[in-house]
Amino acid sequence: MTARVGVVTFPGSLDDGDAARAVRIAGAEPVRLWHGEADLRGVDAVVLPGGFSYGDYLRCGAIARFAPVMETLVDAARGGLPVLGICNGFQILCEAHLLPGALTRNQHLHFRNRDQVLRIEAAGTAWTNTFQPGQEVLIPVKNGEGCYVADAATLDQLEAEGRVVARYVGGNPNGSQRDIAAITNPAGNVVGIMPHPEHAVEALTGPSLDGLGFFTSVLKHLVGAPA
Amino acid sequence: MPRVVVDVMLKPEILDPQGQAVANALPRLGVSDVASVRIGRRIEIDFTGEPDLDRAREIADKLLANPVIEDFTVRMVEADEIVDAHP
Repeated sequence: MTARVGVVTFPGSLDDGDAARAVRIAGAEPVRLWHGEADLRGVDAVVLPGGFSYGDYLRCGAIARFAPVMETLVDAARGGLPVLGICNGFQILCEAHLLPGALTRNQHLHFRNRDQVLRIEAAGTAWTNTFQPGQEVLIPVKNGEGCYVADAATLDQLEAEGRVVARYVGGNPNGSQRDIAAITNPAGNVVGIMPHPEHAVEALTGPSLDGLGFFTSVLKHLVGAPA
Repeated sequence: MPRVVVDVMLKPEILDPQGQAVANALPRLGVSDVASVRIGRRIEIDFTGEPDLDRAREIADKLLANPVIEDFTVRMVEADEIVDAHP
């Protein structure tokens, strides 16, 4: 049976279309979910896409966190549902306390848009299990508020528990502490990533096909997961 | 009716690039005696009934501030203290 992967659209989401396309290219059925509905429509995993939900008012992700769909999603994620938050989705996951820390204004204040090398450090998560630990991938980064911050104890804990999923290589685009580009929760089912794997799934539009691995990983995870 | 004012500031240990950018611009105004600038957010809340500081604190903690990176203070101000942006 084809896995069904939900993609949530918030007011101001930008990359929901690309995320749904990446899901389809990876071989799953994308299911569009709406921020105002609590129903997850029985999906097997969820992607929170990039963009500017609620206009980034107050703080990025701060208002999206209280959307009806998030109430259901937070419970489901705590129960093991794979969730990938990309860019604004990562910000929402932090605001919803599914991931520690916060994303703040890029240290240099410039919006950064470029193809970025990442090193995958945690290849055991639901979204990275098709990568090799240490593998370098090329994925677009585009953010204005992508600087990952957390207190030193939290950063130490993330490192000690192997929960730094990916780090920036060849230059940190936003000042993120310890070059962190992606992290996961203790169970490994929730991953937040600042760069955009959904923009690197086709030769025509992406700098590589490396992003596809995140989406094929979740399919592999679902096949291996107990029903 | 008094109004509740919530001030949200980045924690001291969190870098404030906006404040730095402003501080760096000051010499161009001929200002050379400012050591640092930090930028926060002021939120004014009007309740339908009596102002409720505890409720405002709850709102601040859950939504207005992100305790991971920000601190906040909550206080009541009388109408004549309220900043009026209109001349």
